[in-house]
Amino acid sequence: MATAHVAVDRAGKFRKVCSILERYDYRPSGLIPILQAVQHEYQYLPEEVLTFVATSLDLPPARVFGVATFYAHFALEQKGKHVIRICDGTACHVKQSLPILSAIHQKLGTSEKQKTTVDALFTVETVACLGACGLAPVLVIDEQVYGGMSPERAVILLEDIKMQESAGDSQAAAAIVNGEAHVN
Amino acid sequence: MRRVILCAGTGCMANGAMKVFERFRKEIDRVGLNVVLELRPEAGDRDIRLSKSGCQGFCQMGPLVTVVPDGILYTKVRPEDVTEIVEHTLVSGDLVDRLLYKDPATRRHCRGLEDNPFYARQDRRVLRDCGFLDPEDIHEFILHGGYSAAKKAYLEMSPEEICKQISESGLRGRGGGGFPTERKWEAARMQKPGKKYVICNADEGDPGAFMNRSVMEGNPHSVIEGLMIAARAIGADHTLVYVRAEYPLAVERMKRAVADAEREGILGSNVFGTGLSLKCDVMEGAGAFVCGEETAMIASIEGRRGMPTPKPPFPAQSGLWGKPTIINNVETLAHVSRIINEGAAAFRSIGTPESPGTKTFALTGHVANTGLVEVPFGTKLRDIVLEISGGVTDDAGKPMKNGFKAVQIGGPSGGCLTEDHLDLPLSYDSLRSVGAMVGSGGLVVLNQRTCMVSIARFFMEFTQRESCGKCVLCREGTKQLLALLDDVIEGRADAGTLDLLEKLGRAVQVGSLCGLGKTAPNPVLSTLRYFRHEYEEHIFEKRCRTGRCKALLKPEINEERCKGCGLCIKSCPTGAITGEKKKPHHIDPELCIKCGACATACKLQAVEGV
Repeated sequence: MATAHVAVDRAGKFRKVCSILERYDYRPSGLIPILQAVQHEYQYLPEEVLTFVATSLDLPPARVFGVATFYAHFALEQKGKHVIRICDGTACHVKQSLPILSAIHQKLGTSEKQKTTVDALFTVETVACLGACGLAPVLVIDEQVYGGMSPERAVILLEDIKMQESAGDSQAAAAIVNGEAHVN
Repeated sequence: MRRVILCAGTGCMANGAMKVFERFRKEIDRVGLNVVLELRPEAGDRDIRLSKSGCQGFCQMGPLVTVVPDGILYTKVRPEDVTEIVEHTLVSGDLVDRLLYKDPATRRHCRGLEDNPFYARQDRRVLRDCGFLDPEDIHEFILHGGYSAAKKAYLEMSPEEICKQISESGLRGRGGGGFPTERKWEAARMQKPGKKYVICNADEGDPGAFMNRSVMEGNPHSVIEGLMIAARAIGADHTLVYVRAEYPLAVERMKRAVADAEREGILGSNVFGTGLSLKCDVMEGAGAFVCGEETAMIASIEGRRGMPTPKPPFPAQSGLWGKPTIINNVETLAHVSRIINEGAAAFRSIGTPESPGTKTFALTGHVANTGLVEVPFGTKLRDIVLEISGGVTDDAGKPMKNGFKAVQIGGPSGGCLTEDHLDLPLSYDSLRSVGAMVGSGGLVVLNQRTCMVSIARFFMEFTQRESCGKCVLCREGTKQLLALLDDVIEGRADAGTLDLLEKLGRAVQVGSLCGLGKTAPNPVLSTLRYFRHEYEEHIFEKRCRTGRCKALLKPEINEERCKGCGLCIKSCPTGAITGEKKKPHHIDPELCIKCGACATACKLQAVEGV
């Protein structure tokens, strides 16, 4: 297995991870920021990358997997192109955030277990609190915060993004997400 | 020179504050005034300083625009309103009435902060500068006296004197337990000299609270100044801010503030020329509520799973990397500079003897004015929950007369209080005596349409999910508590369930190592104490008075009202409704999934019990 060819390939594949590791001087104490940076790069933490990080930091893989599975922010599976997060903090909860979640699940065919759509366009998550309680109930698509949401508004928003994406117009979809385009 | 300040907190940003900012820039220029974006020593008559501020607290009404020195506060400003503000207010000096806040009680327009009932009853100290200073401009902070307390602490005071002053002020931790700040500092100061750390706990995980976020976004330098004074007091040369990653804007502003302070030589190798060095790192959390616990946070910073360890040893003796470490909340640190500058007596002059000073609260839930408030300790709950809040609302946000049911205080560690507690003066000890706690300061107002059992379940689900799993009673106990609450909500509970809930709740309190487990049963125990009748209705009458618990619903058609139109038959997804035309219809309880579609479809309100 350990042919020169594979080694070169591996190094190439993990070049970005290596530069992240270098930024933190290969310090095991930097494990969490390292994993955050890796996730920023890959959108999730692929298993082979976790093993590579463990070997590079001279840590047992169990320790790295332990950390990656402990914190809610780390995803071990690939996420969809657009990540929808419904805030279910107390303020949003009492202002009926769960009906919004069910409406989105129903619209996209997702569920608590199946968070990402089959076409990998959307991932639906809940989050404990975004600290935008004054705007409850709150929905976040990618980085854009939407306040005062209702199941109806959420579905319209998704339909618009979906329509632009299926027309192959990622830019227009992004404009909707960023609130730059008019939503019907 | 006039100044236009745009609130750029998370709330106003989400409502399009930056678009309003850009429009102001264009419009001010269009009418021939000069837009000034940077702080300038000299200003001309035609200069308008345009700046951003941190969260001003009145999130419900955003985006907010303040015009000073006129003291005008415009609310819900859209980009299309900007022309009018520029032409009427900036050019002619008039008010734009329709953008002023209208007091729902008196229907009167409020010009600014002084006559606005939301602000008038507050005593904003930590938050004062949040709504005024540009959080991204270190010079403005310095110009308003910023870093003068840190300078005093480094140049004129000894560590003993600093600890003594904090001790005399009676400052208690604003993050939850209310532990005296000075005790931590003194314990760390007494350790032998060497490497020591100060950590700012900005892992505000309590759902429904956003005080720390607002301070970091609005006045990040005040947090750094507090850290510097704490570092000087214990002899630390390394500080660290552990921020929740869900707060990207707070992370960005803290990082920028640290970089600016380093560039100005305030942080670095020679602090105020004393030869002492001080560095500050900003670390993002990774989404674990338990990391708000001191020892768990230390584990997380060291790159491990955020699991707490037994105390003693206390972090002040052996903390980060085994070195003496103090961990203070954002708000606690934000109070420190004022105590150093103005003295302990001034700090003690407000609040109550055992809980001096002010406290910020995040006021949310079913109220007209959600947002951030700061009041002295000793203020009655009623003043905040019914007065500053502008009154209780229904689910659609309309005023609801006699709508108040409960207020949840202190998040997942706190409890639910009732109308009877509204005249309680707020303090750490008064709240603990009624089974709640100040916590980080989340106040969620609940209206009559809220099921208290479901609220208890909501918090239990949260703590169960966030339990790190180290202590058996927390890990398994919260799971069983949740299952018991589900039994109540889904109609499976019996007479023994409530006893079991109480016993198990107390066992979890006793058998858990850290604050998360020790306080996890509080929402259940406090609702059991004050809303026992609601639990009993669920169990013995199989009824939820709010209709929120679906499993207990019993939809029926009122035969007198039903005209047999068939609309409900068409709307039913499971075919549970049958009946002949023009004759009363009937719901088959076996098939009914209690979705409520029939009740929505019926024009005669003949469907009852949904």
